[in-house]
Amino acid sequence: MAHDHDHDHHHDNDLNPMTARVKALETILVRKGLVDPAAIDAIVDTYENKVGPRNGARVVAKAWTDETYADWLRRDATAAIASLGYTGRQGEHMQAVFNTPETHNLVVCTLCSCYPWSVLGLPPVWYKAPPYRSRVVIDPRGVLAEFGLTLPADKAIRVWDSTAEMRYIVVPERPEGTRGWSEEELAALISRDSMIGTALAGQPA
Amino acid sequence: MNGPQDLGGQMGFGPIAPERDEPIFHAGWEKRALGVTLACGAFGAWNIDESRHARESLHPADYYASSYYEIWIKALEKLLVRHGFLAGTELQEGTVSVPPAAPKRVLKAAEVAAVLAKGGPCDREVASAARFTAGDRVRTRNFHPVGHTRLPRYARGKAGVVEAVRGGFVFPDTNAHGHGENPEWVYTVVFDGTEIWGEGADPRLTVSIDAWESYLEPA
Repeated sequence: MAHDHDHDHHHDNDLNPMTARVKALETILVRKGLVDPAAIDAIVDTYENKVGPRNGARVVAKAWTDETYADWLRRDATAAIASLGYTGRQGEHMQAVFNTPETHNLVVCTLCSCYPWSVLGLPPVWYKAPPYRSRVVIDPRGVLAEFGLTLPADKAIRVWDSTAEMRYIVVPERPEGTRGWSEEELAALISRDSMIGTALAGQPA
Repeated sequence: MNGPQDLGGQMGFGPIAPERDEPIFHAGWEKRALGVTLACGAFGAWNIDESRHARESLHPADYYASSYYEIWIKALEKLLVRHGFLAGTELQEGTVSVPPAAPKRVLKAAEVAAVLAKGGPCDREVASAARFTAGDRVRTRNFHPVGHTRLPRYARGKAGVVEAVRGGFVFPDTNAHGHGENPEWVYTVVFDGTEIWGEGADPRLTVSIDAWESYLEPA
């Protein structure tokens, strides 16, 4: 905006089209008693401040350090993840898929934007956009190269298309040189992208 | 439907362009769009399958020109009108003129944490035994329904192997259209890249989908 005044009357003609459209929609719904604006604030606060990829990193770090937990995560990811307090919307039916020296896992939803919100938060724009959704099932190595990741040619790639209600989290391989690290130290190496499969876990500095 | 949402294997959309240190929202309206979409979902008037179908039913030119939150809002407006919560004229004029249908629930701020933590599980009991088991060879059906389906085009008529039986789940192809949940067994089915993409396919690629039982035939 060219002006920066902050008085409280509205200049609807100054708003970009989506700002105006969503504002009009919310206003009508509130006036009809259908939507509580404070509920919207609470939803936004949840995904800005409470639910995000640090949840997933904690799951992975625990799996790296606790073989019993890793086994549970393989067998019943929904319960194993819930035991850490991560449940709910778009995490109701979880599957954890483990990278191995032989196979790299990669997650997509070609049909919409299905994503494991309870452990990774809201998906990034690229995950929901046509380039990734169209290409990752046919040219995963080309896609990974755009993330700066080149896998050995003999490494198998498994792409999981989230066409039903299972939500997938990738458990990346634990980096060398992290023996004896705490879960907290390990979690710092586990990026969101490494749990989608478009990155590996970080290397110790 | 063979709509704009069915993107697997399409070409020409350009680079992925991952954004470094991407913010959770790129504009204030995206926050409101997320919140209003979830709050309206709490009315209990439609299910997730109907809302997915509303999004994929946008005209392809509109779908591809829209960001994902734009797609959500455009679909939400359709759902609100379809189910009697809004009149189209109210959206055009920005005025309230028609009493709304009665929602099953209006989501209050104090309920948000519990509602999000509960989610909306869609696993269901299935009366019959699972037809397939891990290791079975199957072939996906080749069909082109005009309504909602979760079998992507690239995986139709393809031979694969059942890797896991995931349990019984609401069947989206009927549930999206108000024709009932009709739960079916869901399987993870894995295909060789060469089976799907043929000549030139990555020989080290496998792709899996999660498929409802009626998408599959023995092979």
